[in-house]
Amino acid sequence: MHIEIDHVSMRYQAPDGEIEALRDVSFSVPDHTFVSIVGPSGCGKSTLLSLLAGLEKPTDGALLLDGEPIRGPTEKIGFMPQRDQLFEWRSIWRNVLLGPEIRGDDTKARREMVRTLLADYALAPFKDKVPSQLSGGMRQRCALIRTLAVEPGVLLLDEPFSALDYQTRLAVSADIARIIRQSGKTAILVTHDISEAISMSDRIVVLSHRPGTVRAIHDLTEMESLNPMERRGAPEFQALFNQIWEELDVNV
Amino acid sequence: MSDQTLSPARRAYLKRRKQENTTVHLLRILLLAALLGLWELGGRLGWMDVFIVSSPARVVQTLAGLWQSGDLLHHLGVSCFETAIGFGLGTLAGALIAVGLWWSTLASRVLEPYLVVLNALPKTALGPIFIVWIGAGTESIIAMTIAISVFVTILNMYAGFCSVDPEKLRLMQTLGATKWQTLRKLVLPANTDTLFNTLRVNVGLSWVGVIMGEFLVSKAGLGYLIVYGSQVFNMDLVMASVLLLACAAIVMYQLVQVAERLWRRVT
Repeated sequence: MHIEIDHVSMRYQAPDGEIEALRDVSFSVPDHTFVSIVGPSGCGKSTLLSLLAGLEKPTDGALLLDGEPIRGPTEKIGFMPQRDQLFEWRSIWRNVLLGPEIRGDDTKARREMVRTLLADYALAPFKDKVPSQLSGGMRQRCALIRTLAVEPGVLLLDEPFSALDYQTRLAVSADIARIIRQSGKTAILVTHDISEAISMSDRIVVLSHRPGTVRAIHDLTEMESLNPMERRGAPEFQALFNQIWEELDVNV
Repeated sequence: MSDQTLSPARRAYLKRRKQENTTVHLLRILLLAALLGLWELGGRLGWMDVFIVSSPARVVQTLAGLWQSGDLLHHLGVSCFETAIGFGLGTLAGALIAVGLWWSTLASRVLEPYLVVLNALPKTALGPIFIVWIGAGTESIIAMTIAISVFVTILNMYAGFCSVDPEKLRLMQTLGATKWQTLRKLVLPANTDTLFNTLRVNVGLSWVGVIMGEFLVSKAGLGYLIVYGSQVFNMDLVMASVLLLACAAIVMYQLVQVAERLWRRVT
């Protein structure tokens, strides 16, 4: 599935004034690609994800999924929230079945499919455990399976690794990137971590400070064949990192 | 793990822990025995007037008398019944209203100042009003008990509902969950701790309501025995009733603990 973001602007009304979160943002996410959105805090990254998830409507412009405007939450778009947000009171099995359960699609076939996903990603033995008994990486994989369980065409990832420590983060982001590539889904990752974006994506969209506008778009064709860990060691990595760093224009 | 696999340091640590725990238990029992002994002795040696302060032996005697006449079970039963009904209705009504407030932002915004005032108001002031409106009987006592527990329940539960992680709410939204599903599958289960904490608080509050109510209107119950005992200057009866009250409150508190353990095992 492909996504077209077409001249999107978003202004919020708040008691103490109007907040312009996004201004005239346009870019496209081709089928089967992994696109990262990088920007400083408060650049409207999360707003963009809310719009893509159909939770809000843009003030101007349009967001198109396979040419059709996104009108509300749809099973075609799967959302992976900040931190894993697994429900502590549910077993892993009942956590990954949350989506089908809510959609009234908790069928035998669906359960088989989810069971296979758990087995593929080495979580089958932990099916009856509760989330607190799992490591950070396993929890993250579990959150991904919960998203995949409703078979979305597009995955939205909202800084899913931000709560993990550095080493776990490297391993988990590589792991998740591999799973997403294998599944052949289109993915959009929001992050403030430049290295993470370079290691995982086919395309990087750099957003500016509020109001968020598109600063630059990078296609990572030359690193296409490398896996996330190899990319971090590639010669192009540092150059691209520095370039994006400049574009972000970080002031402290 | 068997004893052989433990290192000597670990074994020494465990032994020390066990000894410490035994000491604490022993001291607790000793403290109680000392207080009771002093109380009894003080009365017998004439340091205190047993007519005013009673004594452990006289309390036991009174309890035995109450038991034989059947009064003990009657009064205890009446108070426990009122507390259980008031506790149940107060908690249930409070939880339902809290769900209503969570459901409707308009309702919660409109009702907020009223809840704050009603929560701050000493509910005992409402006693006379209940008596005039619903009569000097069990109904008034139960109304009093509900009044005392319901507002705290609403405020605690509502605060718990509002503190659910917004990211989890967002997740539910993207999965297309209805408001009812969000309540059932996220908000309520996320607040199990809040619920049981509220229940524990309400055990104490319900007893306050029942005893206050019985002070005002009753013809039976532990509160009635306390007031009656003090009016006829039978301090043995007052002390015995207070002791029964403490036991009943502990039992109810423990019942909540058992219910919580059962609940967690089931889910």
